[in-house]
Amino acid sequence: MDLTEALQEQVSTAYRRGRPLRIVGGGSKAFYGRAVEGEVLALGGHRGIVAYQPSELVVTVRGGTPLAELEQVLAAEGQMLGFEPPHFGPATVGGAVAAGLSGPRRPFAGAVRDFVLGVKLLTGRGEVLSFGGQVMKNVAGFDLARVLAGSLGTLGVILEVSLKVLPRPPLEVTLRRRLPPAQALGAMAELMGRDLPLSGLAYDAPFLYLRLSGLPEVIEETASGLGAEYLPDNRFWLDLREQRLAFFTAGEESLWRLAWAPAAPNPDLPGRWLLDWGGAQRWLRTTAEPDAIFQAAAQAGGHATWFRGHGPADPVFQPLPPPLFKLHKALKEAFDPKRILNPGRMYEDL
Amino acid sequence: MTRRDAVIRRLQAIVPDEAILRQPEELKPYECDGLTAYRRVPWLVVLPEHEAQLVRILKLCRDEKLPLVVRGAGTGLSGGALPLEEGLLVSLARFDRILELDPVGRTARVQPGVRNLAISEAACPHGLYYAPDPSSQIACSIGGNVAENAGGIHCLKYGLTVHNVIGLRCLTLDGEAVTLGSAGLDGPGYDLLALVHGSEGLLAVVTEVTVRLLPLPGCTRTLLAAFPTVAAAADAVAAVIEAGLIPAAMEMMDRPAILAVEDYLQAGYPREAAALVICELDGPEAQVEAEAAAARCQFERLGAFRVQVARDEAERQRFWQGRKSAFPAIGRITPDYYCMDGTIPRHRVAEVLAGIARLADKYGLRVANVFHAGDGNLHPLIMYDAAAGELEKVEQLGREILDLCVRVGGTITGEHGVGVEKLDSMCRQFGAGELRLFHAVKRAFDPTGLLNPGKAVPTLARCAELGGMHVHRGRLPHPELARF
Repeated sequence: MDLTEALQEQVSTAYRRGRPLRIVGGGSKAFYGRAVEGEVLALGGHRGIVAYQPSELVVTVRGGTPLAELEQVLAAEGQMLGFEPPHFGPATVGGAVAAGLSGPRRPFAGAVRDFVLGVKLLTGRGEVLSFGGQVMKNVAGFDLARVLAGSLGTLGVILEVSLKVLPRPPLEVTLRRRLPPAQALGAMAELMGRDLPLSGLAYDAPFLYLRLSGLPEVIEETASGLGAEYLPDNRFWLDLREQRLAFFTAGEESLWRLAWAPAAPNPDLPGRWLLDWGGAQRWLRTTAEPDAIFQAAAQAGGHATWFRGHGPADPVFQPLPPPLFKLHKALKEAFDPKRILNPGRMYEDL
Repeated sequence: MTRRDAVIRRLQAIVPDEAILRQPEELKPYECDGLTAYRRVPWLVVLPEHEAQLVRILKLCRDEKLPLVVRGAGTGLSGGALPLEEGLLVSLARFDRILELDPVGRTARVQPGVRNLAISEAACPHGLYYAPDPSSQIACSIGGNVAENAGGIHCLKYGLTVHNVIGLRCLTLDGEAVTLGSAGLDGPGYDLLALVHGSEGLLAVVTEVTVRLLPLPGCTRTLLAAFPTVAAAADAVAAVIEAGLIPAAMEMMDRPAILAVEDYLQAGYPREAAALVICELDGPEAQVEAEAAAARCQFERLGAFRVQVARDEAERQRFWQGRKSAFPAIGRITPDYYCMDGTIPRHRVAEVLAGIARLADKYGLRVANVFHAGDGNLHPLIMYDAAAGELEKVEQLGREILDLCVRVGGTITGEHGVGVEKLDSMCRQFGAGELRLFHAVKRAFDPTGLLNPGKAVPTLARCAELGGMHVHRGRLPHPELARF
C-alpha cells in the first residue's frame, strides 16, 4: 500500500510546527542508536514491491516492506540481497537500509550502500524527492541515495528504495577448523589474499569458520585443500548475523562493534572477541569504559559502536573530529533544517 | 597591479616560482580535459607538491574569494576540469606517490595524482590488483576516478570506484582535513565517503585515497559471440545474467563499430554481424570453465551464429584489442566524434539502440555504439565534422539521446559525469526540489561556492530558461515515469 501522501502530510505538519518525529518501521532495531523523543512516524503500512525484473538484477520496494517478504520474493527467482542484512526481528527494508548494517557476506559481496541504486525520500521539509535510479551506473548529481544508507533516518524518510540484487550461488557450505586465537587474524588474512570462492570468514574461538559459495565441483576442490571439517548446514552464519550465538547471548557485558584494518591486532581491551568479515568487523563483549574503547578504535584508524547495553542518552557512535562533525551538521541542515527527523538518534546534536 | 599579479605574488610565498604557470604557452595544455569541444585557457595554474601547500592555497582562495578548479590527469570526458575565466587551476599531478601498500591488509594508500594502472602494477607482485579499470586507466589519476566515480569494463562484477575505495583524506575549503571511511570497511557517521565519489570536485579536495586490493583471479576466459541482430545480442546479454552468471565484463558493439574496428586493425570480428558481445569470466578455474560453458549455451540459444572462446592469452588480447580500439577506429573514419554516456535498464537496450538510429537519421549523422552491455551503460559515438559547423547539431542529437535514456528509466551519465557538458540534461532528469537539495548539499561543504563553480549541478534559473523544467504544483518533469 502506498501511504506517501499521508506520510508527507505528517512530516509537513511536523515541519511547520517544528516537532520531532520518531521513524518506526518494524521496530526491530529500536535498540540501535540513541533514543529519540518524538511523535511516531509509522512506515510499516507503506509497503509492497513496486518493480522487480530478475534479469535487471534490480528490485524497487517501499520502505515499510518486511525484509523477510522481500527475501522470499527474491529467493523464488533464485536471487538474494548481497549484503545479507541482519533482521533482529520484524525488520523492514527501509529500516535495513537506514541502519546500514550488513551481514557476514559483506567483505565478499559489498555493503548495504553498495547495493543502493536509488531512493525516493521524504526530506525534513516534507518534500518527496528522488535520487539515483534503477540502473547499475549513474553519476548524475550527488549520490544522495547512498548517503541515506546508515543515516538512521536522520536525513530523510525512505519511501522507496531500488536495490541491486545478486543471483544465489548454486551451493553454499560451511567449514570449520580449530585454531588458537593468536593465529586467527593471520589465517584470515592469508585466506582473504587468495582467489577462493569465499562468502564468509569468521572466528569464534576456538574455531575458524568458512563459508564457500559456488558450483559443487569448485567447492569440493577448494574445501579439500583447506584442512577443515564440513558442518551439516549453514546455520552458523544466520546465527552470527542475528546475534544468536552463545558469544552474543551469554553474559551481561555490553556488546561493541569495532571496525578497522582486518589484519591489525586486537587492541588491549578486556573482554571476549568474535571476529567477522575476515577481521574487518569485530565484536567485543566487555565492561570497559566507552571512552577507552572509542579511544582504542580511533588509535587503530577505525571506529567503535556501542551496539547493545547502552542507556538511551549514552554515546553510541564513535565521536567525530570537529571538522567532520561540522560537515555532518551542515548536511543535516540541508536535508532537515528544523531537526525533526529522528533527532539525536545518531549523535546528540544531529 | 592586477588581481592576477597579486595572486601570483601570494602564491610565490606558498610554492616555488616554477610551480606557478602563467605564460600563454604554459597555460595552453590545461585549456581542456578529455572533452576537447570545450576549451578555456586558464587564468593561472598552480602545481603544489605537498598538502601543506594545498592548505595554504585553499586559504588564499577563501580569503580572496577566488574560485578554483582542481584537476588530475585531465582525462575527464565531461569538461569537469574546464578552467575558469578568473580563478585558479590547481593541478594535483605532483601528488603522485604511493604512500603505503599493505599486502596483508590488501589496501593501498595513495596520493590523488597516482595513475589508476600504477596501483595494479605496484600490487601485482603481491598477487593483488585494483579492480576498477576505466578505458583511460593507463593515464587517468585515482583522484579523478574518485571525483567522477569512474567505471570501466570490469565494474559489472567488481563495482565502480565507490565500491573499491575505503578511505579518503580530504581538505575542505577552510583548509581543514577530514578523514572519510576508515581502515576497516566502513566509517562512522554519514557515508560522506560515498557522497564525495562522483561529486566532480564540488565538495572537497581529495589528498589521499585508500583503495581495496583484490586477489588476482586464478583464471580468465573470454568469449566472443556474433549475432545477426542487435535485439538477439541484447537478449543474450539479459539471458546470461538471468542464468545467474555475473561475468567480469560483458561488452557490446554494433555493426558500424565492428566495421570501423575491422578496417582499422583486423581483430578477426565477423563483418556480417549486426552486433558482437564480448563476455569475460574470471575466478577459480573450475568455476570459470563451467560459467563459460553456460554463457556459450545462452549465446547459442539466442541465435549467435559464431561463438569463440579465446584459446590463449594472445587471442584474448586480440578480442579485447578490437573493443579497446573502437574509439580510435571511429576516429579514423570521421574528422570528429562525440562520445555520449548514458545508462538504461538492460532490457531496453535493443529498443534504445533502434531509437538512437532513428534520431541519427533525423539529424543526418552517423552513430556507432560501443558499450558496457552488462551494466546498460551506452556510449553512442556521434560522427561529425566540426569544420563544417556540425557541432551544434551533434549536441542537439546528444541531448535527444539522453532524453531517450531518461524516458526509458535511465540516466544521463553512467560514468563520465555531468561537468559542463550535461548541465542542460540535468534539467531533464531532475526536478526543482532535487536540484535545490543538490545546491544545499554543495553549500554544506562549500558555503562560499568557490570549488569548481558552474559544473555538475545547473542553477534553477538555467533550467527554467531552457524550458527544460516544467514544474507544476511541485510535480516533476515526466511525472508519468516511475523514475528514481
